[in-house]
Amino acid sequence: MEEQSYIELYNTYSETIKKNSHEILNCFRDAAFDKFKEAGFPSPDSEHYHYTDLSKAYKVNYGLNINRIPIKTASNELFHCDVPGIKSHLYYVVNDTFIRNEQKDILPDGVVICGISEAAQRYPELLKKHFAHLSEKSTDENVLFNMTFAQDGFFMYVPKNTEITEPVQLINIMTGNADIMANSHNIIILEDNAKAKLLVCDHTQNDRTYLSNRITEVSVGRNAAYEHYKLESTGNKHTNICNLLIEQQEGSKVLTNVITLQNGLTRNNINISLNGEHAETKLCGMAIGNNTQHIDNHTDIRHNVPNCTSNELFKYILDGQSKGIFSGRVMVKQNAQKTASYQTNKNMCLSADAKMYTKPQLEIYADDVKCSHGATTGQLDENAMFYLRSRGLSKSEARLLLLQAFTADVTENINVSALKERVKMLVESRLRNEQPKCMSCAMCK
Amino acid sequence: MLEIKDLHANINGKEILKGINLTINEGEVHAIMGPNGSGKSTLSAVLAGNPNYEVTKGEVTFLGKNLLALPPEDRSREGIFLSFQYPVEIQGVSMVNFMRAAVNEHRKYKNLPPLSASDFLKLMRERKEFVELDNSLANRSVNEGFSGGEKKRNEIFQMAMLEPRLSILDETDSGLDIDALRIVANGVNKLKNPKSSTIVITHYQRLLDYIKPDIVHVLYKGRIVKTGTPELALELEKKGYDWIKKELGE
Repeated sequence: MEEQSYIELYNTYSETIKKNSHEILNCFRDAAFDKFKEAGFPSPDSEHYHYTDLSKAYKVNYGLNINRIPIKTASNELFHCDVPGIKSHLYYVVNDTFIRNEQKDILPDGVVICGISEAAQRYPELLKKHFAHLSEKSTDENVLFNMTFAQDGFFMYVPKNTEITEPVQLINIMTGNADIMANSHNIIILEDNAKAKLLVCDHTQNDRTYLSNRITEVSVGRNAAYEHYKLESTGNKHTNICNLLIEQQEGSKVLTNVITLQNGLTRNNINISLNGEHAETKLCGMAIGNNTQHIDNHTDIRHNVPNCTSNELFKYILDGQSKGIFSGRVMVKQNAQKTASYQTNKNMCLSADAKMYTKPQLEIYADDVKCSHGATTGQLDENAMFYLRSRGLSKSEARLLLLQAFTADVTENINVSALKERVKMLVESRLRNEQPKCMSCAMCK
Repeated sequence: MLEIKDLHANINGKEILKGINLTINEGEVHAIMGPNGSGKSTLSAVLAGNPNYEVTKGEVTFLGKNLLALPPEDRSREGIFLSFQYPVEIQGVSMVNFMRAAVNEHRKYKNLPPLSASDFLKLMRERKEFVELDNSLANRSVNEGFSGGEKKRNEIFQMAMLEPRLSILDETDSGLDIDALRIVANGVNKLKNPKSSTIVITHYQRLLDYIKPDIVHVLYKGRIVKTGTPELALELEKKGYDWIKKELGE
């Protein structure tokens, strides 16, 4: 019963946790804890976590920084993991602590980017309005656990009619000289007509065992446009749980693209609620796995109102003994007429031991909708391989060309051209079985 | 140039080639004709190194090398080119990237530096004209959405890019209308030189009006049962294959 130790931890230290956190976060803690006590960690017996067993990951004796001991960093020196060629507004969450870039960042008027604890001090009304707005309703065990323990995170606020033209980059780094657990809670707010792009990079430092469990809540106002890219390149002893909750209002456009290049065990819970008419959402993702990598994308798109469009595309390339899971639920409520919803999941298993589990799930209660879904899992096309080789391409070059082509429609869904080029290059080096190193960042050198 | 001795080959355990003997010299054009299922396409697949086929007996020497010991890519780099009967559509791989990779692999094999981007594009432009290939086709994915005629022209375009010593045209005429046939055949003829040889595999005499063979073989039940002058093709056109079968006492 690994949850028992965390229940005891909270019973003993809840005052310490609250003392080192703000009331806006604390007011959800006890309720979340009570629900967690009841639910425990997700069980592989449950439908939602059937193929992803987290019990081993939670069993590790991690350190939690509940006393908020400052992390010594020289952020500029250590973590300038910028994607070359893209100018970005750069911020870090090291373990669970927000760290400001030491360089002065010039943002458009009214835009706020800071840590959650700082936002609680300086913009309490704003944070109060949005904090846990979506996560509060979640029954997911990892969300409940996070809300019991999280004390900090990343905060971004884009007021109405405001655009941040350059992408904002958030780098999550797990580091420590002990095994560490980090729970962070991010809030992103785009008011009406606002525009922003966020690139989240997940990294780990050294060979410790880490568990990160993060919540990101995104509120996208009317006619606002938001792009969310996540690029994961972490160590094999990292358990990375991401709960991305997005709510879209009328006429808003959201593009989400989650790419896993290297990892240990990853679980992405992505929930998108289309709550205003004519909202559009595009949700893409890909994973490249070998050895014992485990990638589980669990997505849930909810068409709550009429005339919305959702487009979902996930691709996996699995080698070695890696395991991929895709479950994609699309729910079309009874009144959500004229919904257009498309879902595609295509997978390639390159070895006999690689395993892919895919579960498309459409629940349609409206009668005037256009919905489609398709899932395929296969191997490299032998005829195509022979065709390419018969023109002089080596087996490995032919394979690379086909795999790059396979991932192309996901990498095309990156609207920042420098980032797109970078990701394509990283995908290529990953497919060549090299470490996908960005070469510009101290962690990769 | 090419010497095939007593070649036997299987697919899925079934023997298709049952002892092929064939010698092709520099500069020669050989036509291989024969009824459906006689092993024509198998022969071309085996020469190109298709891993679905298993050679059980015999040997093939190409320019002094043991061809059967080479993987398909090395056969290509040595100068073998197979124009596919059914060219494969490859989604997401552009013709430009494909051909650049292919040309540079060939150059690497010959210890030549890769072509610069501008030299490569110049070569592409020049060779496209051999088969009157549309500019836009080269920017599309390999064979994807190409018509039957475009696919065959694209095969000959690739042949023009790679300048093979031995070209094997596997039913290049199938699915072509008269105009496309003429364009494709003209392309092949323009690429001919005294050092290069061609194997033309076809059902019909028609293609041989455009690509004139020096020698015509008839393949039947996995063996070459008759070899003759171009007149043999005309005779087959007139009399059909039954005549051969009768000669063989069937």
